[in-house]
Amino acid sequence: MNNLENKTQYNQNTGLKRLFGFFSRIREQKHLKRSKRIIRPFWVMVQKEVADHVKSWRFIILMAIIALTCIGSLYTALTNISKAANADNVDNAFFFLKLFTISDGTLPSFFVFVGFLGPLLGISLGFDTINSEQNRGTLSRILSQPVPRDYVLNAKFTAALIVVGVMFFTLSFLVIGTGLIAIGIPPTVEEFMRVIFYTLLSIVYVSFWLNLSILFSVRFRQAATSALSGIAVWLFFTVFYPLIFNLITKAFEPSKFASARVIYLYEKLKFVLVQIMPNELFSEATTTLLMPSVRSLGPLTIEQLQGTIPGPLPLGQSLLLVWPQLTGLIAITILCFLISYLLFMKREIRSR
Amino acid sequence: MDKKVIEIFGLTKKYGSFTAVDNLNLTIGKGEIFGLLGPNGAGKSTAILMLMGLTEPNSGTVRVCDIDPSRNPVEVKKKVGYLPEDVGFYDNLSGMENIIYTARLNSIPIGEAEQRAIKLLGRVGLSNELKKKAGKYSRGMRQRLGLADVLIKNPEIIILDEPTMGIDPTGVKEFLELIVRLSREEGITVLFSSHHLHQVQKVCDRVGIFVNGKLLAEGDIHSLAKQLFKTSAYTIEVGVSPEYFGKGSTKNKSIKANQLKDKLVSLKGVVTVNVKNNLFLVECSTDISSELARTIVNSGADLNYLNKKEYGLDDIYYRYFEGGNAYE
Repeated sequence: MNNLENKTQYNQNTGLKRLFGFFSRIREQKHLKRSKRIIRPFWVMVQKEVADHVKSWRFIILMAIIALTCIGSLYTALTNISKAANADNVDNAFFFLKLFTISDGTLPSFFVFVGFLGPLLGISLGFDTINSEQNRGTLSRILSQPVPRDYVLNAKFTAALIVVGVMFFTLSFLVIGTGLIAIGIPPTVEEFMRVIFYTLLSIVYVSFWLNLSILFSVRFRQAATSALSGIAVWLFFTVFYPLIFNLITKAFEPSKFASARVIYLYEKLKFVLVQIMPNELFSEATTTLLMPSVRSLGPLTIEQLQGTIPGPLPLGQSLLLVWPQLTGLIAITILCFLISYLLFMKREIRSR
Repeated sequence: MDKKVIEIFGLTKKYGSFTAVDNLNLTIGKGEIFGLLGPNGAGKSTAILMLMGLTEPNSGTVRVCDIDPSRNPVEVKKKVGYLPEDVGFYDNLSGMENIIYTARLNSIPIGEAEQRAIKLLGRVGLSNELKKKAGKYSRGMRQRLGLADVLIKNPEIIILDEPTMGIDPTGVKEFLELIVRLSREEGITVLFSSHHLHQVQKVCDRVGIFVNGKLLAEGDIHSLAKQLFKTSAYTIEVGVSPEYFGKGSTKNKSIKANQLKDKLVSLKGVVTVNVKNNLFLVECSTDISSELARTIVNSGADLNYLNKKEYGLDDIYYRYFEGGNAYE
C-alpha cells in the first residue's frame, strides 16, 4: 500500500519534472536565441537610455507630478461635466473632448496642465544629456567605440522621445478610459482621432523643449547652467514675453476711429508677435484640436465671416488650421537639433 | 615588427596660437609596446586624440592599420581600444554591465559578450567584483575595469593614456605586468603614454620623448642614451683605497688624489673625471674599464670598486629637460 502510494507520487513527480523540463527547455531556447541576437549599436544605446530614464528618480518624480495634476484636473472635469452637457453649445456634439478642456476655475484643465508641465518635462529629461556623460568621463569611452558620433545625440533624443511618447499616450488613454467609465458615453471616432492628434502634438511640443535642453547640455559643461538656461527660456516665454508683447502692442494701438485696414494690420502684427512663442503655438493648436468650434486663429474680416454657419469644424479642417503651428513647432525643434549637431560633431572629446 | 600599424607624418595641432602637437613623425610596428614619455601638458593626449579621430589635426596625416582616423573614425575604432585618462563608467551599472554595454556597442551578441566579460574581468582580477556597482569601485579597480573594457572588442592596438595615474605602487606593478603579458600573448600593439619614466622603462620596447608638442627622440633605451650622450656614452665609477680620500683633508691626501685624477684624465677616450662621494666618476666615449683598472693598480692605489654605469631613462629624461632647447 505504502509502496503503491509512493509509486503514484513518483509518477506525479516525474510528470511534473517533465513539465518543468519542457518549460525550462523553452526558456533555454529563448535565452539562447536572445544571447545570439545582435542588436544594432544605435538601439543598444536607445535601450540603455530608456532604462536609465525609467529607473531615474527624476523621471519618477516628474511622472508623479504629472499623474497627480491629471487626476486633479480630471476630477474637476468630471464633477463639472454635467453642467456642460446641459448648456446649449455648439461643442455639445463633442461632449467627450470636454474631459480635456473643462475646468471650474479652481484647477486648470488637462490640456492647460500639459501645456504648462510639458516644457518642464522636456527640460528635465534633456538638460544633462551630454554634459553629464562628459563629466562622468564616459563620453570619450563611448565615442572610442565603433559608433558614429551622432548616434549619441540621436539615441538620447530617441530614448527621451520614446519615454515621453509612452507617457503621454498612457495619460491620454487613461483619461479616455476613466471618462468612459465615469460618464458612460463612448467617444466618437472623430473625438478619438482628435485626442490622438492632440497627444501627438503634445509629444512634438515636449520634444521641442527636449531638444532645446539637449542643445544647452551640449553647449554648457555644467548641468546646473544648462538646466537654468532651459528654465530661463521657458520663463521668458511664459512670463516676460507677454509683458514685452503688451508694451509693443500698446505703442502701436490705433485709435478707435482708425480705418479698418489699420486695425486689420494691427491685429495682424499682434498675431505675428504672438506666434513667436512656442507655448502660444502649442496652446493655439491644442485649442483648435480639442474645441472644434474654433474656426480661425488669426484675425478675421467681416467679409470672411459672412455667410458662415456656426458649427464645429470637421477634423480635417481643424488639422489644416493648425498646420502652420505644427510646422512651426517642428521647425524650431529641428533648428535646435541642428545647432546641437553642429556644436557636437566637430567638438574635441577630451576625457572629463 | 616589420608591419607598421601606426604611422604618423607631420602631424600638427594648434589651439589658437598655441601649438599642442608640432610636426610629429612616428611609426609603431605590430606587437610593439611603445611608450610616449613626456611631462604634463606636452601634447601626448592631444596626439592620442588625433589617432582616435576624436579631434581633427590641423595638418599632417595619420594612418592606423592603414585607415585614416579623421576620415573613417568608425573603422579605426573597431580595431583600436582606447583607455582615456581618468576613465569613467556608468555608476548605476555594475562593472560587468558596463563592459557588456561596450561589447554590445561593438556588435557582439549578448551571450558572447557575457562570456567574454566574465573571462576578461577574471583576467584583470575583478572576478569578485562583477556585480558591484561601478560607482563603488576604487581608483585602481576602475582602471583595471577600463583595461577589460578596452580588451572586450579584441583590439589589434590598445592606446592607454596615463593608465597608471592614481594607482598605488603594487597596483601599478600588476597593471603593467598585465599589459606586457597581454601584448606578448596576443600580439597586441600597445601605445602607452605616461610621465612616469620608471614605468615606461619597465614595460616598453621603444620610447619616444615628447616635450612641448615635439618628439625629441625615439628608440629603445640603449639607443636613446647613445643619441643623447654622444661624447660620453659610458660612465665608470671607480673607488680606490680610502687613504686617497679619507676623513679630513690633509694636503697629502688631496695631492695624491689629484695625481691619480690627472693620470686618469690622460687616458685615451676619457672625457672628464669628477670626484663625487669618494668615487671617481670617469666619463668616457668607449668602454675602457679594464684599462682604467690597470692604470689605478699600477699607480699603487688599491682598486676596491668599479661600476660600469649605463644610462637609464631617468638620466635621459632629466638630461632632456635640463638641456631644454639645446636638443630641439
